[in-house]
Amino acid sequence: MWEIKHSRSASFYDRFERKGGNTEITHYCPGCGHGVMQKLIAEAIDDFGIQDRAILVGPVGCSIFMYYYLDVGNISASHGRAPAVATGVKRARPEAVVFCYQGDGDLAAIGGNEILHAANRGESITVFFINNGIYGMTGGQMAPTTPLGQRTTTSPRGRSFEVEGPPMRMCELLATLDGPAYIERVALTNARQNMRARKAVRKALRNQVEGRGFSFVEILSPCPSGWKVPPEEANRWVEKYMVPVFPLQVFRDLDHSDRLPKGIDVSKGGGIPFAADPPVPAAEAPEGGSVARGTIGEEALTLSGFGGQGVLFAGMALAEGAMREGLEVTWIPSYGPEMRGGTAHCHLRLSRQPIASPWISRPTSLIAFNQPSIGKFAHAIQPGGLLLANASMVKEVPDRKDIRIVRIPSYEIASELGSAKSTNMVMLGAYLELTGAVDQESILAAFVEKGTRPGMLESNRRAIEAGRRAAVEAEQA
Amino acid sequence: MADRGDVIIAHHLCKGCRLCIVSCPAKVLEQGTALNQQGYCAALYRGSGCTGCGICFYVCPEPGAITVRVRKLGEGKPAA
Ligand SMILES: Cc1ncc(C[n+]2csc(CCOP(=O)(O)OP(=O)(O)O)c2C)c(N)n1
Ligand code: SF4
Ligand code: SF4
Ligand code: SF4
Repeated sequence: MWEIKHSRSASFYDRFERKGGNTEITHYCPGCGHGVMQKLIAEAIDDFGIQDRAILVGPVGCSIFMYYYLDVGNISASHGRAPAVATGVKRARPEAVVFCYQGDGDLAAIGGNEILHAANRGESITVFFINNGIYGMTGGQMAPTTPLGQRTTTSPRGRSFEVEGPPMRMCELLATLDGPAYIERVALTNARQNMRARKAVRKALRNQVEGRGFSFVEILSPCPSGWKVPPEEANRWVEKYMVPVFPLQVFRDLDHSDRLPKGIDVSKGGGIPFAADPPVPAAEAPEGGSVARGTIGEEALTLSGFGGQGVLFAGMALAEGAMREGLEVTWIPSYGPEMRGGTAHCHLRLSRQPIASPWISRPTSLIAFNQPSIGKFAHAIQPGGLLLANASMVKEVPDRKDIRIVRIPSYEIASELGSAKSTNMVMLGAYLELTGAVDQESILAAFVEKGTRPGMLESNRRAIEAGRRAAVEAEQA
Repeated sequence: MADRGDVIIAHHLCKGCRLCIVSCPAKVLEQGTALNQQGYCAALYRGSGCTGCGICFYVCPEPGAITVRVRKLGEGKPAA
């Protein structure tokens, strides 16, 4: 005789499994706006049938645990970085419905930069900005959005124009940019306003499904604990102290679907769930550390040495050569503040498949230019992998039988050629010989493209070839 | 006349914030006096008068605390 009209959304997990918490209820304080908002989002995801392609990019703040509640894809971004992460996810997965959920500390303070640029680029993402005018999670510090006069632990006399500056209005700020398609501010104060918020949430998600462009909804949201008032009063507080500062209105409502990159069919997500995507083959276990050119599965190479040894440059040269051969490539450097001395290393991935992460914790190959590099990375080389050591500086190599270890006196070799500086090219040449990862001509062609002088080019060629010969000799020895 | 709506409040999931109580236009919700497992005095339905408007659901922050039901179409009349 009864039918259910409103109940717990299917897009919530049945149980909220989390460390040390009650698995049946959220961790939010009584009367917190986060709970209301997440119900609205879950309901919209249910109603639009997008649970399988919705990806939450979560914040740091009270709602960081949101991934324990919403049963959708999720990534927890560093504090404030959700729009940058969402940009990457959306570009890699245009059929996904990618949404950021961020507090005012997260979005307007530490992440102010990310949101401005994502909005300016008009990324096809949805951003929910939960503005409670305070840092809730850390115990009620002032936020960029705290209204004037409000006392917080870091504005104990009340925020003043002179000392802390006036509150920032993010909708108004973003509305100065051409990128966003939709910008609206709503408030959670009573049933009527909550229904407006519901409408905005749905519109912002639907916009993305329809490819209409960057959508931003600011939600003025009660934080009874941070404000130290009971829940009912917190709702009135939003009305009394926040709405006058942050007017509720639609700031922008456009259709930017004409700006979508060509060749991207956002509607495709409707019919093709992720599960139907062609499976990405697992990276082939490289034989002998690396696989010969043409059959390379995935090479995860770490190059490490002192700053000034040309470690990063050698990695970059390899990356450039690999790109010319049509491989997927990532190169990330890491170095100290010193121009000379100090340590430097870079991680390089070469693959025939799109690369999920540029980070390498288990290299298939390590090129160690100095002794400290051995201590730092040699233990992590994958079994069957390669350790190529610069014997001029590496006196001790690990006692590992499960990897191939090749030592090249590259400094002496380079000095003999009359250019001690090309130690790095000697090492690179040896690496090319041992793995066949990339054709040396591709690397030299990249040098030419970059305007390397003919004399320098010749010297690099000689160094690479000397490295190759040394590798053959070392293997025969 | 029989009620159009019915509300079920999950006693053990309620945090006693009172937002549903103050928002219900029919004023059919109240706060109980017994503490639940979480230490909150959960909201209670008086047992009649719910219109099924759903307002309590949309002001409640807790995903599973409130379920609102309405009478199936064609069953508006009181049962004999
Ligand atoms: C890099 C970094 N800086 C600072 C912090 C401390 N921190 C945690 S949450 C937070 C602010 C949370 O405020 P808000 O984004 O408004 O979310 P709320 O908790 O109010 O929902 C800060 C500063 C952190 N975790 N990481
Ligand atoms: S501190 Fe504020 S924002 Fe955080 S859970 Fe409690 S009420 Fe919500
Ligand atoms: S559905 Fe409406 S009438 Fe029924 S309890 Fe909820 S708010 Fe009150
Ligand atoms: S709004 Fe929800 S949590 Fe708050 S008293 Fe009502 S049922 Fe309980």
